Amino acid sequence: MAVITYREALRAAMREELQRDENVVLMGEEVAQFNGAYKVTEGLLKEFGPKRVVDTPISEAGFIGLGIGASMLGIRPVMELMFWSFSYVAFDQIVNNAGNIRYMSGGLINCPIVIRGPANGGTNVGATHSHTPEAILASHPGIKVVCPATPYDAKGLMKAAIRDNDPVYVMENTILYNDKGEVPEGDYIVPLGVADVKREGTDLTIVAHGRAVITSLKAAEILEKEHGVSVEVVDLRSIRPLDEDTVLASVRKTHRVLLVEENKPFCGVDAQVAYLIQAKAFDDLDAPIGRVSSIDAPQIYCKRMEDQQLPHPARVVEAALKVLA
Amino acid sequence: MATPAVLTHPESLKNPAGPSEFAKHPVNTALSKADKVALYTKMARIRHFEQRCIRTYQQGKIGGFLHLYVGQEAVAAGTISLLGKHDHIITGYRDHGHALMVGMNMNECMAELTGKVTGCSKGKGGSMHYFAPDKNYWGGHGIVGGQAPLGTGLAYAVKYRGLKGCCLAYMGDGAVNQGAVHEAYNLAALWDLPMIFVIENNGYSMGTSQERSSAHPGCLAKRAEGYGMAWDVINGHDVYEVRAKTAAAVKRAHDESKPTVLEIFTYRYFGHSMADPDKTYRDKEEIKEYREKKDPVLLFENELLAEGVLTPATRDAINEAAMAEAEVAAAFAEESPDPTVADITKHIYWEEDNRGKDTTSRGTIVFE
Repeated sequence: MAVITYREALRAAMREELQRDENVVLMGEEVAQFNGAYKVTEGLLKEFGPKRVVDTPISEAGFIGLGIGASMLGIRPVMELMFWSFSYVAFDQIVNNAGNIRYMSGGLINCPIVIRGPANGGTNVGATHSHTPEAILASHPGIKVVCPATPYDAKGLMKAAIRDNDPVYVMENTILYNDKGEVPEGDYIVPLGVADVKREGTDLTIVAHGRAVITSLKAAEILEKEHGVSVEVVDLRSIRPLDEDTVLASVRKTHRVLLVEENKPFCGVDAQVAYLIQAKAFDDLDAPIGRVSSIDAPQIYCKRMEDQQLPHPARVVEAALKVLA
Repeated sequence: MATPAVLTHPESLKNPAGPSEFAKHPVNTALSKADKVALYTKMARIRHFEQRCIRTYQQGKIGGFLHLYVGQEAVAAGTISLLGKHDHIITGYRDHGHALMVGMNMNECMAELTGKVTGCSKGKGGSMHYFAPDKNYWGGHGIVGGQAPLGTGLAYAVKYRGLKGCCLAYMGDGAVNQGAVHEAYNLAALWDLPMIFVIENNGYSMGTSQERSSAHPGCLAKRAEGYGMAWDVINGHDVYEVRAKTAAAVKRAHDESKPTVLEIFTYRYFGHSMADPDKTYRDKEEIKEYREKKDPVLLFENELLAEGVLTPATRDAINEAAMAEAEVAAAFAEESPDPTVADITKHIYWEEDNRGKDTTSRGTIVFE
């Protein structure tokens, strides 16, 4: 199996889907001639031409709305947001139009659009460019949200998203773009709504998504080596649909849970996961559910402090030991 | 570019009752007698459907907002009567007239207003959210101007597929100040999309007159020039003129794949919605003036009577049939069942509606 980067995995998914389905179109700011602000779409203009890979003006409400309209007629647009933070100027399109059109038409209209791009802090760019809107968007029925943590999942989830008949919002992470991993060269998908046990363990379950999975895996190593604790790490991969079964099975196995996410804590994804666990596995818990999130403040600019604001392995280890105490 | 050299002030468009100078336009002389009767019938049906809605609303059977199209019939009728297989339409929340024009029936429209499962959106959309994709009608959108980018996407898809078609996106005069509309203008012009933006200018964005809401009032279509788009202004009380001038925009879209902005001057006889008491921002005399002298249904009726296409007897029969049809629709809506509690969670996701078919999704999708 080839070892490629998270960025290359995303690109491979889009290339294969462009080849597979003539209705797939890539669109966004700087995706074509500039080869992508983060080079995710590099080379695709050259390979597929300007009809399939389209540069847009800086006009998120306009071009996302255009993509939604085109998707209603069967085009499968894959729209790049340079940052998910920029989605807020297209919120009416992303939520009101894409999220509601099937429902309000009584099931008559499909909206097979993918909107993708990075949604992460940790890059020293300040609060306006560091939003993680997966919880905000996943709270709207009609919308699907995925957050791949590894190259394998990035490719498989992206392909599933493009083939899905509903709006799927893929939240990537610029810090992960250069991470390498094994990725099959052929066609495969990672279905939406299927979590993955990234590390097996017996003493504690950590539930995470996105880059928090990588942070949690590092913490799990430390916990094993320095504290003799066996940690299981469950990667949600998909926020909505949510794989409740995999989460609950792990809780029933370890009886102790720590939730880790890069969101701010209030109304974060893990608020829902904590509710799920107490509702459906209350008797399996041997301790209160622990939680690590970003420190609850707008994203700070100062790099040294931003690294502290985000979950990091030492903070995860500390929180894990409290749950284990 | 077919751009008027001199700004036409809307006053000059408010021509009094009389023969339409556009009756002899080829697009209108091409209409058979039966075509003209059918067009008049459609306008009368919109009028009588909307008037029946008022009663249903006053009986407390329609919730939420009800934005009536009475007075504006010639806009939907004139423009939509020109469209073909690959032409699409999308509009805002004043969407009943367009729905009836594309061939949606009164029963499904009335039942949607009363929130019944037999409604066109199964009671899930309401007055502002009618859809009929099988008739190229893509809504029915509740947020002012939100339909403009979506319509641009429909035009994009038509062009992408290499089809000879276009999209008409309708909006009110209030929508022209929304950012999304300007983004759509830019994209349509930048990418040469077969797109027609139709501003149905009824003079008031809710209770705010055009003079109080839009810079450069008097002509909203002229903003198209900033994007290098063709534009035109139309007397929306004359269905022949609406057809003649819209036909040029459709031809431009079909033959050159170029967008157009049309501003159609029209007037609504009732408040912004039924929730608007309509007492604060305009005079009753103004409404009376329009009703008596510029009514689009009456003007067309007079035109067709003069042409010998209609007789008083056929006119009366058409109107009585439309009223009866609206009564039947009201009864149908009354007798239809509500959706069920189980229906609340249907039509959210594709796989929920297509169980057993191949899907890329698993897991919990709708939460307790």
